Amino acid sequence: MRKAPSRWSLVALLGPAYLWLALFGFLPLLIMLYFSFLSDVPLGNRTVHLTLENYARFFSRGFYSRLTLDSLVMGAYTTLGCLLLGYPLAYALARYVQGRWQTALFLLIIVPFWSNSLIRLYSWIIVLGKGGIVSALLSRLGIPLEDGLLFTYPAIIIGLVHAYLPYMVLTIYVALDRIDTSLLEAAASLGARPWRTFLRVIWPLSLPGVLAGVILVFIPAIGSFVEPRLLGGPAGTMLGTIIEDQFVQVFNWPLGAALSFILLLIVILIMALSARLLGLATWDRGQEAGHG
Amino acid sequence: MTTRLKSLTCVGLILVLWLLAACAPVPGAAPTTSESGEGAAVRELHVLNWQGYGSDEPWAIEQFEQAHNARVIHDYFNSEDELLTKLRTSPGKYDVVLPNIAYIPPAIQDGLLQPIDVSRLAVWSKLPERFQTLPEIVHEGEVYGVPWAWGATSLVYNTELYPEGFDSLNVLWDPAYAGQVGFEDNYEDAVIFAALALGLENPSQPEDLDAVRAKLEALMPNVRAFWQSEDEFNRLFSSGEISLGVYWSGSTSRAQTVFGLPIAFVIPQEGAIGWIDAWSIPADAPNPELAYAWIDFMSSPEFYVEWDRVAGAPVPANPESLAQMPEDSFTNTVFGDPSVVEKLAFITYTPPEVREQWIELWQEVKAGAK
Repeated sequence: MRKAPSRWSLVALLGPAYLWLALFGFLPLLIMLYFSFLSDVPLGNRTVHLTLENYARFFSRGFYSRLTLDSLVMGAYTTLGCLLLGYPLAYALARYVQGRWQTALFLLIIVPFWSNSLIRLYSWIIVLGKGGIVSALLSRLGIPLEDGLLFTYPAIIIGLVHAYLPYMVLTIYVALDRIDTSLLEAAASLGARPWRTFLRVIWPLSLPGVLAGVILVFIPAIGSFVEPRLLGGPAGTMLGTIIEDQFVQVFNWPLGAALSFILLLIVILIMALSARLLGLATWDRGQEAGHG
Repeated sequence: MTTRLKSLTCVGLILVLWLLAACAPVPGAAPTTSESGEGAAVRELHVLNWQGYGSDEPWAIEQFEQAHNARVIHDYFNSEDELLTKLRTSPGKYDVVLPNIAYIPPAIQDGLLQPIDVSRLAVWSKLPERFQTLPEIVHEGEVYGVPWAWGATSLVYNTELYPEGFDSLNVLWDPAYAGQVGFEDNYEDAVIFAALALGLENPSQPEDLDAVRAKLEALMPNVRAFWQSEDEFNRLFSSGEISLGVYWSGSTSRAQTVFGLPIAFVIPQEGAIGWIDAWSIPADAPNPELAYAWIDFMSSPEFYVEWDRVAGAPVPANPESLAQMPEDSFTNTVFGDPSVVEKLAFITYTPPEVREQWIELWQEVKAGAK
């Protein structure tokens, strides 16, 4: 049995990280929460008062909720894209590729992300733009797309999927790699065909990794503003870009903060709801297994 | 490697990726320059301006530093609101700033600027009376800004694709040019351009915002991309993503002289947006004497004419500088005709409540552009 650590060593282990989080993560967030209830930014000789107006504005104007929906849909497409590309990749890496090749393929996924994200986006601008590689390829294939994909909705999704794919691949890989191969042998010896083994054994066991990946991709993707702004053109106005405008362009931090916290609240609600649904799902499976 | 170790490695990699993503720079965040002086005798002058807008020409900085035994340090902003933000959040940091005159009244109101003793400036007496008495720069008999340069934001097009040129702002709305337009992502200019295209009265402060909204909504199908900075516009234009749009006069001049882009700038029959930039001194500037010297230097023909020659400049407020510019310079060809000024809707001070409406209107239009 493992010996429980003393109280002091526990404090020493947890303390630095939580102190850091409290000082540099939670405190600034609290200040922003306070700002979101102010009538103006409290700098210079301004008089400010507490108000709910910033939150009321979200509900009084239809386009804020429309933009929120747009942002959620954008996050969903990104997550779906990452899942569709990432799962097969992680599966192949975990089950069929070993040794040096595995390391090399992992590096191919990771290394581009050591570069600056703006560099990656500007490369996409060249690739997707007018006369870029993508439009040339598509016109070869008989799909006329003279203007390229740049400054369209798909361009945003392409940029976001590229940005978040590694999170999905790595989390799913971890889950798949942990699956005991004897379980698969057992399934085979009981007569299960490969696809049945996948559906009944591999997929359920990889679900925790899939879920972690979905969360890691979905949450930052909803609030993203760099990719929509640089790749989306007129299609790129999202709640994230409007929040950025409030902070950078028009100096309305209170409204920007209020919009951010509304988005945060929506994300928390979605997560809580899906956690509940998943909890029920695993409970069902547990029941099933118990009866079987 | 054991499975557990491998998993740990993966988790570590994920964390590293998160950190990298969190550290990625935000576009629009201005680079800041800060250096400490070497000798104690060297005074520092902290300038706050747009990047690439004359004051950071290296030859000019060298000239000024040698003449005044000073060190010039620049910081930049990407929008007038950001300029105000920087003045509010960093009191005592800047010695001299270049706001658009429409933003001087809110800066005065917030106590961010100090009155300027115009008798200490050589350039002041040379400025035309209409510049000395601009309502935005004079407050309770005191002067808070020295007009330096003015120019226009107007229609531009690719001269290779449209050799016959355009004379109407409404060409931006023409379905023949769908997906060709590069439009400025700026609520103020968007509202005024729509008012100009509609022929509304007093386009700098249009009354009928519903008509403005409808006009901007009708523009969206023609817009290929929005731009916010000179770099962004030049990239869009040179890569052929856009072939016409709206642009700043000084930037167009630079695009021609420095980058050799086939671009023409016209003041269409409906008019265009005019703006005036003025040097101001922040309330708690550490080195105001140096700021006075700087304003005179920036306004002198020695600096201004050379700036226009090597890089391209907007119209100088100092008539002496204008007189020394060559006949065929961008400034003289576009703004040489005195009637051009009559066609400009100058950006004026807009009260915060009205600006709020404009901001929301523009965001709503952009949100509906999908």
